[in-house]
Amino acid sequence: MAELPRKLAWRVAEVVETSPDTPRTKSLFLEVPDWEGHRAGQHVDVRLTAEDGYQAERSYSIASAPEDGRVELLVERLDDGEVSPYLTDELRAGDGLELRGPIGGWFAWEAREGGPLLLVAGGSGIAPLMAMIRHRRAAGNDVPVRLLFSSRSYEEIIFREELERLAAGDETLEIIHTLTRSAPPGWEGYERRIDEEMLGEVAFSGEERPLAFVCGPTPLVEAVATALVGLGHDPARVKTERFGPTGG
Amino acid sequence: MSGGFISRGFRGRRRRTEDDDRVPPGQYLVDGFPVLSAGPTPHTPLAEWSFTIEGEVDGPRTWSWEEFRALPSEEITRDIHCVTKWSKLGTTWEGVSVDTLLEGVNTAAEYVVAFADGGYRTNLPLGEVTGGKAWVAHTYAGEPLSPEHGGPARLLVPHLYFWKSAKWVRGLRLVTEDEPGFWESLGYHNHGDPWREQRYWGD
Repeated sequence: MAELPRKLAWRVAEVVETSPDTPRTKSLFLEVPDWEGHRAGQHVDVRLTAEDGYQAERSYSIASAPEDGRVELLVERLDDGEVSPYLTDELRAGDGLELRGPIGGWFAWEAREGGPLLLVAGGSGIAPLMAMIRHRRAAGNDVPVRLLFSSRSYEEIIFREELERLAAGDETLEIIHTLTRSAPPGWEGYERRIDEEMLGEVAFSGEERPLAFVCGPTPLVEAVATALVGLGHDPARVKTERFGPTGG
Repeated sequence: MSGGFISRGFRGRRRRTEDDDRVPPGQYLVDGFPVLSAGPTPHTPLAEWSFTIEGEVDGPRTWSWEEFRALPSEEITRDIHCVTKWSKLGTTWEGVSVDTLLEGVNTAAEYVVAFADGGYRTNLPLGEVTGGKAWVAHTYAGEPLSPEHGGPARLLVPHLYFWKSAKWVRGLRLVTEDEPGFWESLGYHNHGDPWREQRYWGD
């Protein structure tokens, strides 16, 4: 191999803050000793160890930009989960959290790679895409970005206020929401699952050759990726990552 | 180093069952069948599908879908393990043994590169796909393999992490030198034995 394998060692990060985003998600802000930085879109493996040595591992996407000092992980609480309820309900500032990473070199974007950037998220699938949006801002980059974000309800739009703030001051960042279960009175956005018609209306055209990143539950990812190819997008420029109780 | 670290307040929701010794380190059991792939799902019509053995061989051999399906198939029941940490026990498949596909092939190759629609590639030592250890599967749980799970046919190498079981596989290229594939070039382990937790480079 051209590159020498480097060992991804386990290390103990310190939880410096936890912050609820929506009723079902929480952000964990971590200080990771000797963190060498990451690329927007990458993830880490988290390992929990009980006193008797029992262990459980899961992967979580990094939502923070590489430029941020702290590493932010977005955790969605799965009621029947083993790891996520611990992270959202038990873990608090001052605790240690064992992890290794960053991991994953495919579903990642650096500002110098250019765009335009088409980001499509379902629920907590926003995490790696948020890292890209934050990275673009931190890098002072102005490639056009469109984010199509599917959430169950208005209350469950993750990072809603920050996304509004970012888009308000940036004409090259467009955010389009769709709500799949309930919408507040007066809602003027989409109210259905993402389909080819919706993508045809809001996505860049295939001729504009956007780099597309699609992240969410498998049915959303399958539907969006298939629709984008149907709309003439180059399959090689459509990158997918599946999230969910069992996918990530 | 982080040896001896305990996660304060973590007890875990253990499933102490007789299946415990079938779950490799760092894995957890799922009942569903998660999907993982890096891009859009290819949809190659069966009329255009073929499977090819090429590279360090006397001459390439190719099967059409009909010819491939006329080869003897085996029923396979195996546990499968994805590097994203899920494991699924007792999955049932039907497919053509790689031994059958390589029957009569003379080669000096020690490695294979499995190649697939969509450009995906994964590398394996030849010895890891011969001797009854690997198949080209066309049926899952009694049904034709669906596109999102790699249909019409995928490589099935259940003793390694599942990214080695290339979806939408279209052939094997026999090579004398190992060539890291897609994930293997992106930080994932070259070999991928779940029992030795070979997830990433250096594991």
